[in-house]
Amino acid sequence: MTESVLEFSGVRKVFRAGKARVVALEEVSFRLRPGVVTGVLGPDGAGKTTLMRLAAALLVPDAGRVRVLGHDVAAEPQAIQSVIGYMPQRFGLYEDLSVQENLDLYADLQGIPARARRARYDTLLHMTGLGPFTRRLAGRLSGGMKQKLGLACALLREPPLLVLDEPTVGVDPVSRRELWAIVDAQVREQGMSVLLSTAYLDEAERCAEILLLEGGRLVAQGSPRAFADEVAGRVYVLAGVDLPPRRLQRRLQAVPGIVDALLVGDHVRIVTAAPRPPALQAHFPDQPGLRLVPVSPRFEDAFIARLATRGAEGAGAPPPAPPAPTRAAPPPAGTAEDVVIEVRDLERRFGAFRAVRGVSFTVRRGEIFGLLGANGAGKTTTFRMLCGLLPPSGGTARVAGVDLRHAAARARARIGYMAQRFSLYGNLTVAQNLRFFAAAYGLAGARRRARIDWAYAEFELGRYRDFVAAQLPLGFRQRLAFAAALMHEPEILFLDEPTSGVDPLARREFWQRVNALVEAGVTVLVTTHFMEEANYCDRLVIMAEGRILAEGTPAALRARFRTPQNPEPTMEDAFIGLIEEAA
Amino acid sequence: MIGILRHVLALAVKEFLALVRDPRSRFVLIGPPIAQLIVFGYAATFDLDHVPVAVYNEDRGALGRALVARIAGSPHFDVVAAPDSEAALAALVDRRTVLLALHLPQDFSRNLHRGLIAQVQAILDGRNSNTAMIALNYLRRILIDFDTRLARESGHPPPPARLEMRAWYNANLSSRWFIVPGIVGLLTLVVTLVVTSLSVAREREQGTFDQLLVTPLRPAEILVGKALPGLAIGLAEGTVIISLVVFWFGVPLRGSLAALYLGLALFLLSAIGIGLMISAIAVTQQQAMLGAFLFLVPAVILSGFATPIANMPPLVQQLSLLDPLRYFLVVIRGVFLEGADIAAMQDQYWPMLLIGLVSLVVAGGLFRHRMY
Amino acid sequence: MAAGRALRLRGMIRKETLQILRDPSSIAIAFVLPVVLLFLFGYGVSLDSYHVPVGLVIEAPDAATASFRGAFEHSEYFRPVLYRDIRAAEADLAAHRIQGIVWLRADFERRVLAGDGGAVAVRVNGVDANQARITEGYIQGAWLHWLEEHAGVPLRGARLEPRVWFNAALISRHFLVPGLIAIIMTLIGSLLTAMVVAREWDRGTVEAMMVTPLHIGEMVVGKLVPYFLLGMGGMLFTVALAVWQFGVPLRGSFALLLGSGALFMLVALGMGLLISILAKNQFVAGQIAIVVTFLPAFILSGFLFEIRAMPVPIQVLTHVVPARYFVAILQSLFLAGDVWPVVLPNLGALALLALLLFALVRKKARKRLA
Repeated sequence: MTESVLEFSGVRKVFRAGKARVVALEEVSFRLRPGVVTGVLGPDGAGKTTLMRLAAALLVPDAGRVRVLGHDVAAEPQAIQSVIGYMPQRFGLYEDLSVQENLDLYADLQGIPARARRARYDTLLHMTGLGPFTRRLAGRLSGGMKQKLGLACALLREPPLLVLDEPTVGVDPVSRRELWAIVDAQVREQGMSVLLSTAYLDEAERCAEILLLEGGRLVAQGSPRAFADEVAGRVYVLAGVDLPPRRLQRRLQAVPGIVDALLVGDHVRIVTAAPRPPALQAHFPDQPGLRLVPVSPRFEDAFIARLATRGAEGAGAPPPAPPAPTRAAPPPAGTAEDVVIEVRDLERRFGAFRAVRGVSFTVRRGEIFGLLGANGAGKTTTFRMLCGLLPPSGGTARVAGVDLRHAAARARARIGYMAQRFSLYGNLTVAQNLRFFAAAYGLAGARRRARIDWAYAEFELGRYRDFVAAQLPLGFRQRLAFAAALMHEPEILFLDEPTSGVDPLARREFWQRVNALVEAGVTVLVTTHFMEEANYCDRLVIMAEGRILAEGTPAALRARFRTPQNPEPTMEDAFIGLIEEAA
Repeated sequence: MIGILRHVLALAVKEFLALVRDPRSRFVLIGPPIAQLIVFGYAATFDLDHVPVAVYNEDRGALGRALVARIAGSPHFDVVAAPDSEAALAALVDRRTVLLALHLPQDFSRNLHRGLIAQVQAILDGRNSNTAMIALNYLRRILIDFDTRLARESGHPPPPARLEMRAWYNANLSSRWFIVPGIVGLLTLVVTLVVTSLSVAREREQGTFDQLLVTPLRPAEILVGKALPGLAIGLAEGTVIISLVVFWFGVPLRGSLAALYLGLALFLLSAIGIGLMISAIAVTQQQAMLGAFLFLVPAVILSGFATPIANMPPLVQQLSLLDPLRYFLVVIRGVFLEGADIAAMQDQYWPMLLIGLVSLVVAGGLFRHRMY
Repeated sequence: MAAGRALRLRGMIRKETLQILRDPSSIAIAFVLPVVLLFLFGYGVSLDSYHVPVGLVIEAPDAATASFRGAFEHSEYFRPVLYRDIRAAEADLAAHRIQGIVWLRADFERRVLAGDGGAVAVRVNGVDANQARITEGYIQGAWLHWLEEHAGVPLRGARLEPRVWFNAALISRHFLVPGLIAIIMTLIGSLLTAMVVAREWDRGTVEAMMVTPLHIGEMVVGKLVPYFLLGMGGMLFTVALAVWQFGVPLRGSFALLLGSGALFMLVALGMGLLISILAKNQFVAGQIAIVVTFLPAFILSGFLFEIRAMPVPIQVLTHVVPARYFVAILQSLFLAGDVWPVVLPNLGALALLALLLFALVRKKARKRLA
């Protein structure tokens, strides 16, 4: 059979938003390799979701052709939709139906005969580990379980082509690992072809083939290995350095010729612009023992190198300037008595459900303290209790010596808060948002103008001044939210999932800013489900099911899972290890 | 103090901008009021014009013809059919071709000439009993006029003991004068309630409410900051509609504007309080809208907007005491038609003030305690 | 193929039913609001005035005024309040304590009853014009009755012998409650359906549903069936309450009622579906549904306000309000009977609207995004 599973030829797709025309895809052509997993990668707004929807015949191309299993999406959408499996971004589940009812619904819709159902359900429920939860409402499942249920619904009739749109977003590492196991098994046993989009760069390594999208164009197609080879000889790990890794990373970012400097485990990994080692000695005269150890490149290195080079060519995005030192500049890295946040035996129940169970930890001045865990682990609930947004059912949470729930307005003026999803007034402009938050924090007159000007300069928001916040690119929304939280130069920063959904480049920039603030004496409490970001924290707790599984420095936590087979465990390995220990 | 003012002002400005810049909110501010103004201003009336009438006139005399001419000449009635049997007459009522069917018997003129009682049989379609009753009243008036004139022309003594009817405040008994000023209350209630009830829910959905609560703003400041735009929009919308009622619909405004605006302000206060209560309870905008709808429907029905409160059973009448629209409608009709001043309306002011204050306090409490 | 279709339909219907039962806002619209409306209109709202407070100003009491007073006191329409002085009565009329005044002057018996041209002055508060007219009518009726029965005044002239068909006692509940059926079915068929279907777009479940063998027609039918049944349930509930609780007569045939109800339900559902397809957003769908379906059903259908009393342009507008046709059918079926000349044209209009709406739904409904 010469007919390919999925074929795009010269595809163009344009959306109209009001008067504006947005080109989502332009001149996209490829043939899907059958029987393997193909990953679709790219920054936000690159056209990933549009491509997935075209493949599912939910959209019709404005130019070019899309053929799926021999059918044209414009002519025979139903023929395509009747055979392929598709999981949209939010998993397509009915949250007010139970697990079993969702399965029954999709089995009915897909015409699975009653006889065949039992066996198929058993296989899928076993594979996804959802067996014990069949009567639970889908809305009450954790993110990982929802994702697996969504996948099970898409797999009910063993489709020849499976289309998964960002199936792993916001899902904990254990569930991600399980999802990949299920997908790999389908590919292996059924010869299924899988098209999968993802924002996690480490997942690219698991794909047999990568489609790299940028600005609506397909810029490259190939195996992850082929991508990594682009940066062969340009990736090194620094050794023999006597500096905290975070400070080292910060200094490296200022060195010309280095496109990426990333904390990996205890090391700093760099990608250079040219295939020769950079002359670092000139920049680090204080580090005579500094050595560069060449390592084999990964897909992520190539991806960042591509984006960074492109960004530098463009008009915007100059290298981030070091942030202005903040007003609060107390002694760095606190001593034991310098406790800023103290949490003791914190409890929170919602009805019979115990969302947080006896959580205790302390955060010292000038620390980055992380709350790590999957969705539903209780980190956001803990976080909200700390900020005084939710009354605890038991225990205490004190910030700067006071309970924020009953604190005077003055105490709240000392904290900055960045909510999940970068909560801004979406229909106000950037300038209006900044003015409002400055006033809300009690700034007035010259000081307010000065801080707003600072925000424009520091976050490069000046040219977006009159843009409506909701229409900003996600990375800029994140910057605006961060700027709003910093308006009043707070001593303590609360960041709830500050990097969720933004692309890797914006994440790196964000952490650079946080590092600079911490060096100026600000205390930061951050929640994240990106395991690799844990390396930015001084100390962290890992939470699961409302409990703290472990507490310590990232290095110490990783070290617990060092084995002969895995001498360099990642944070993800540590996390999975801890979950398995707890189970 | 200056700090508080600055906070409240910043909030109010932000709130106002968010409202005006949001297409959905703009729609709420413009769409329903226009639709309702048209619909209520023209369609909601109990006055009858051009009621279709069928007359089966068996009388050969001039007086029968004169009566029919008189009915046909009235603006309230149109004679559309002249069937020639009682069965045909009845069929016209049955199929709703006519609302009223008259039968003048053969001896109609003769009896009148003899100074006896002459019967006119009338069949009314009672499928809408209110319409039937109104038509009947119109018809009665025409007959009384007819008798009076007949007596004068024929030299008989005039019918003894007339009633001389006069209606205060609304001499022509136009129900538009009754309904149209009420629209001021109805529309400002709808707009203010929807705007305020959506305001907190919208922030909850966008996640900005948390952001607001962790700033140094106090709950009371947030409350006032959210209430002010509602008040401003309510007053503006109220003013526009009051002008339309006066200049477009031509309803006389006889009383004191001060009394009207004091009532409007207090009424808006209570509407804002209730809106914020709904807002504090609702988690999503959809729930908030549903909550507003569930409040609005009974509030309008029980307010006396279209049907008199006095006709309701005692228990329902007591329930309507909780309805701020009930009081405001008395104020607005009092000021428009009866020329009322502040002193005359004081019994209406304090219940609205009470409802407003209680609901604002409750809303403030809900803000503090229902943060999730 | 047919088996697959039955399976898919079953799945859709089961899903929708479960969702209605588990969603509090569906329950609020489908169950709470109709009951609230029924009780408000069944018990609360009434256009029938009884015990209207009327001031009787009797300046010189004597046998004639006593008999006149008795006539008012024994009537269920009035609650007479006695005054000796017109000024006190006028003050109370201004203060809304009484609705009207009948002023029997000192010369009442001498002049008025003697027929020398005097008149009895009647004042009513005209603010609520409708009530004022009703009060005037009551007073007029009571007056004529009293003259004939008690005063022995010889009457002559034309006298009206009114007979009100279908609702002889002029009970407004008898026409309001049947009309309410149209309102409740509009709530369920249009408002609820518009919001629930739009919710699928909001939550992104439509996408997953589209990429299945489900045909667009099956999707529409699967969505319609549960809401159709819910609406018919609402109708039966209202009919039962109307007949057994509120004593409204059902003179027409039940089968015809059921049939025309089903047709109207289809129209309401068609509007709901169309709105949700066009809005694709729960909030906007809800707003549009209220403005386009609920309010017109309330005001422009003849449910409360007589269509024939409206200005001509508005009367023309009412022709696109489906509830108008159904309210006409309902009022005839309940109070008059199977009046085919009324029922048939209205049914025809409903059928036409149903066809039009479903043609539009079919045109607009796509298994596509954007």
